[in-house]
Amino acid sequence: MSRINEKFEELKRKNEGALIGYLTLGDPDIETSKKLIRCLLENVDLLEIGIPFSDPIADGPTIQAAIDRALKAGVNTDIAFEAVAELRNGGVEEPLVFMTYYNIILQYGEERFIKRCSKVGVDGIIVCDLPIEEAEGILQQCEKYGVDFIFLIAPTTTEERIKKIVSRAKGFIYLVSVLGVTGARGELQERTVEVTKWASQYVDIPLAVGFGISKKEHVQRVLEAGAQGAVVGSAFVDIIARKGKDACEELKKLSAELKEGTKKIKVPTSRVQKASVMENGS
Amino acid sequence: MVRYPDRRGRFGPYGGRYIPEVLMPAVVELAREYAEAKKDKKFQDKLKYYLKEYAGRPTPLTYCENLSREVGVKIYLKREDLAHTGAHKINNTLGQALLAKRMGKKRIIAETGAGQHGVATATAAAAVGLECEIYMGTEDMERQKMNVFRMRLLGAEVTPVKSGSRTLKDAINEALRDWLTNVETTHYLLGSVLGPHPYPMMIRDFQRVIGKEAKKQILKKEGRLPNFIVACVGGGSNAIGIFYDFLKYKEVKLVGVEAGGEGITTGKHAARFASNKNGRKGVLHGTLTYVLQDKYGQILPTHSVSAGLDYPAVGPEHSWLREIGRTEYHYATDAEALGAFHILSEKEGIIPALESAHAVAWVLKNKNKFNKEDIILINLSGRGDKDVEAVAKREGVL
Repeated sequence: MSRINEKFEELKRKNEGALIGYLTLGDPDIETSKKLIRCLLENVDLLEIGIPFSDPIADGPTIQAAIDRALKAGVNTDIAFEAVAELRNGGVEEPLVFMTYYNIILQYGEERFIKRCSKVGVDGIIVCDLPIEEAEGILQQCEKYGVDFIFLIAPTTTEERIKKIVSRAKGFIYLVSVLGVTGARGELQERTVEVTKWASQYVDIPLAVGFGISKKEHVQRVLEAGAQGAVVGSAFVDIIARKGKDACEELKKLSAELKEGTKKIKVPTSRVQKASVMENGS
Repeated sequence: MVRYPDRRGRFGPYGGRYIPEVLMPAVVELAREYAEAKKDKKFQDKLKYYLKEYAGRPTPLTYCENLSREVGVKIYLKREDLAHTGAHKINNTLGQALLAKRMGKKRIIAETGAGQHGVATATAAAAVGLECEIYMGTEDMERQKMNVFRMRLLGAEVTPVKSGSRTLKDAINEALRDWLTNVETTHYLLGSVLGPHPYPMMIRDFQRVIGKEAKKQILKKEGRLPNFIVACVGGGSNAIGIFYDFLKYKEVKLVGVEAGGEGITTGKHAARFASNKNGRKGVLHGTLTYVLQDKYGQILPTHSVSAGLDYPAVGPEHSWLREIGRTEYHYATDAEALGAFHILSEKEGIIPALESAHAVAWVLKNKNKFNKEDIILINLSGRGDKDVEAVAKREGVL
């Protein structure tokens, strides 16, 4: 069982949802971001670590700026692996996943990348621009080395696609809950709640909802709509943009507050019901 | 001959669909709609009508008497500069605008580098009756002020892009972000044979008209096929457009000319195939192709005197045709292109776009390699009016 599965199981026993954080490795510089990862891990259950790519088409201005800072700081794929190895050697136990774009993996070599994920303790990968049709090679490597390939689904994903994706998904499924790019939004869109309810009918592994989630109330609402996790990225990155090296305290404060939103959730549909929908539907 | 791409949008190993999940249903839908439109006689007739009555096709094939004497071969120009809006771009924008309309979309968006595709998109949007927004890097807006004004005259909104290198690549990033947000109402009218399937195939099909006409015209004038066809290659839509109907004639050499910028060794260029160090297979903007990048896959900044060639990737079909040895790619530097810009203007009274001047420059610099019976067909993909001011400034005249 992967660290990701164990974490979701553990949270389920505690009747909690997962708070999933994101930051870009190397923002504002490599040493600081390693420290900030530890700050976030005090409250987040799982962390997505972004390996920067020069042309991040799925990211909004906040994360684009973080990626620019990280590239200026000289981050590259080898440094990202070394950073995770160092965190694991330092006793970090929480699940960690890499989030990046496909060209970064392609240039490193698919097998070399996944093998090294497995070796240093990266539990899963999220590739923003690799739909299932193009993912076969990497899925095989992930299966071989026991790394979870975390699929993204979107409000535009058709029922047919969602079923295909669910059949290959590991770890959790990341629901991009709004059309558009990453970025904190003041109000949670009504569509986010609807889409979460819709997607949770099909997904039989943990469902995490991201894009536009920045407040405790947002976290509560997506969990109540049937998700098992909420992903917060730009709100954390925004703190790093403002505070740089001094971001730790504020990151802890926001993540603690958001984590509160994952507790004592009234989950509407039980796992059993969901499973039966799956059977009827397929 | 096997027809490419395959069902998954692959030209051999190149092409494909490397895009966020949000966009997948949209490109699947686009491929389906395009396949239908392709077979629909009404759609094809409408497109033919617009190309003839609106864009002014067929464009002439002009024999260059003076330049031919200078080089010592027969040189013909395919005059895409005489198409409406001054470049081949209109062939594609009319096709996609009519398709967007057929799909019931209300709005089109596009990126632009030199401004030619932006102008052609704004024009097609006005003609067909669609809302239009154009993304353009601020660096390019500075280089091409008149085209910015032109697009606004045509009723389009021009949105400055300040991220990254502030050129074509970043304009595409921003247009893709818009499409991610507005995919349900908006068609992304991509300007070159790039992006996820079906774009490289569809845009090639819309540009094939260049080669179809050229083949008929050269056969009529010379009674035989040319020895060389030469075209500049940024994304590569004018090149694939003129190459395509000649692919099956192995005796016709097909030459693509990339932007050599300040020279390959300086690193300031956009020659994906010429740079052994940084030009490798990679993924950018939804397609697997040759991309200028560093060891870790970060896309490198490019340079060219012509904004239209200033792009780090090339259409996937070009990568494939090169791999199977059907086409070859060379480059011309900024200085060589500027030289050709002057020569064609002085000798023939035709001011070429700086992009197209790269193709002319390659012919000029290789004049000793041709036989005197050779017929060379250059795709003059656009006219140079847009570049006059920038060249004048560069030469200290303005």
